[in-house]
Amino acid sequence: MNPKRTNPIIVIVLTLFSLACLIPFWLVFMISVADENWVTAHGYSFWPGKFSLVAYQYLIEDAEKILRAYSVSALVTVIGVVVSLFVTSAMAYALSRKEFPLRGALSFYILITMLFSGGLLPWYLVYTRFLHVQDTLMALIIPGLIGGFNVIIMRTFFTNSIPPSLIDSSQIDGAGEFRTYFSIILPLSLPVMATIGLFTTVSYWNDWFTSLVFIQNEKLFSLQYLLTKTLMNASFLQTIANKAYSSTAQVTTPLESIRMAMAMIAIGPLVLVFPFLQKYFVRGLTVGAVKG
Amino acid sequence: MASEKAFITQPGISRPNAKWRHLWKYRALIILAMPGILLMLINNYLPMFGIFLAFKDLNYTEGIWKSKWIGLDNFKFLFASNDAWLIIKNTLLYNISFLLINTILAVMLALLLNEVKNKFASKFFQSTVILPNFISMVIVGYIVYGFLNPELGFVNKFILEPFGIDPKNWYAEAQHWPYILTIVNTWKNVGYAAVVYLAAIVGIDSEYYEAAVIDGASRWKQMTKITVPLIAPIIIIMTLLAIGRIFNADFGLFYQATMASGMIKETTEVIDTYVYSALMVTGDTGLASSAGLLQSVVGFTLVVTVNLIVRKFSRENALF
Repeated sequence: MNPKRTNPIIVIVLTLFSLACLIPFWLVFMISVADENWVTAHGYSFWPGKFSLVAYQYLIEDAEKILRAYSVSALVTVIGVVVSLFVTSAMAYALSRKEFPLRGALSFYILITMLFSGGLLPWYLVYTRFLHVQDTLMALIIPGLIGGFNVIIMRTFFTNSIPPSLIDSSQIDGAGEFRTYFSIILPLSLPVMATIGLFTTVSYWNDWFTSLVFIQNEKLFSLQYLLTKTLMNASFLQTIANKAYSSTAQVTTPLESIRMAMAMIAIGPLVLVFPFLQKYFVRGLTVGAVKG
Repeated sequence: MASEKAFITQPGISRPNAKWRHLWKYRALIILAMPGILLMLINNYLPMFGIFLAFKDLNYTEGIWKSKWIGLDNFKFLFASNDAWLIIKNTLLYNISFLLINTILAVMLALLLNEVKNKFASKFFQSTVILPNFISMVIVGYIVYGFLNPELGFVNKFILEPFGIDPKNWYAEAQHWPYILTIVNTWKNVGYAAVVYLAAIVGIDSEYYEAAVIDGASRWKQMTKITVPLIAPIIIIMTLLAIGRIFNADFGLFYQATMASGMIKETTEVIDTYVYSALMVTGDTGLASSAGLLQSVVGFTLVVTVNLIVRKFSRENALF
């Protein structure tokens, strides 16, 4: 067999595997573009007998709720990622300096956070009874700002990839630690920043748990939480559809397809950028699992 | 502090002062680390001190500090209700089966991905298999609903009905969920694990294979005699780390995929969902705090033990 060609059986198996990963998305997409009457008569199909874009029309007519949720998610993600990258890298930089006398203590401080957790109830009470941030965007931002694992990954990058002589010479030239951090460390850490930044972005964007626990105010619903509500609560879905009802000349509200159209609107941007970010994502996965 | 005392007894120099001055020299680094330190204090340390709540009868009107101490009553109540055994059993059984199935499938998938010669094809397959890991559990909930909706779902309408099987009321019948959740979990996570193993495989020195080819080893032989043994350490480490987390269930999976249905709790209630609903739904803080503490303590013991074992295998992969 030609060693340069892949065994066709392997190609077939992998193609099936890939299909299994993609097909569920296809089902959601097809329900979102199916005609409501056809769906209620025949069920959710991979190829509905009749198509209709009326669900998307509904969502555009009454985009207010979704746009608001989109902007909550975007705002939380942007602020969260930027602040998190600064906080994480600054801590990692301090940790990477061999001369720093508190290095051991700080490592231990971070390690403990990775080993022991107080559990949901005390964590909830700290945010609601001590910080009083329930029903504010802070409740969505603060919990994801720092993670011990990310600090360790960044520290490892700083110690392995930035030559200590570079830091030494800049400090001999009179640069303080702040100067060194901003003008040497940050510009040289683009790869690790991109990887950790991407992971933080995905975890903020995909987060619905903090909303589930802390957010009651409908105006502060993030996109993922709006979707959670829509799926679990039929009357909530109805309220989204009702507002648009008057403007479209439709006899029955296409609830089934609206629901799935909302899911599509949420996955859409992510799936579109995914191929371009895949490289960093894979790097992050491997770094995260096999400590870099 | 014994060491400080030793410093002071040395005549002439005031050593603690020198120590502070030494620290003062590094104040910039302390300031840089400070935001992270404070955030961890809020997010991790303060909740850790909150574990004493498990021994209190928490009463919001009296306040956290003034609530009555009740010893082990919360735990007695937890174990008396039989809930404790159910959620521990479910959590452990699910995690064990996820671990077994994911590891086996992921290693197989990684071996297959490694056989793909075309660079573009390899990228494509890798992208598609990790795509499920990239999306939120909420979307997974929608997908599961698309398949299992009792009236319209694909499985009832297009698989069971054509074969003349009665449609199932999935979200009300507990017996199906061990299979459903295992499939969903595999779908979401196996690609990720495979990519991790693939990275380990790619890192294997090509000289091994060259030598094997000269000796006339087939691809299959190379796979079983070189690749698998050489990635065995990483498989073992990943497995041990997963065992360290075996008491922690994936809340999103058990909450979203089941649509938090109350009728199937027998097979879908795990420690994390139990603590959540005790706290947020029924408001039973005693159960929430005692089950939470149980999870924390067992989890901590497991992680530390597993780490000691990992250290034996390979120092650089251990957490500490």
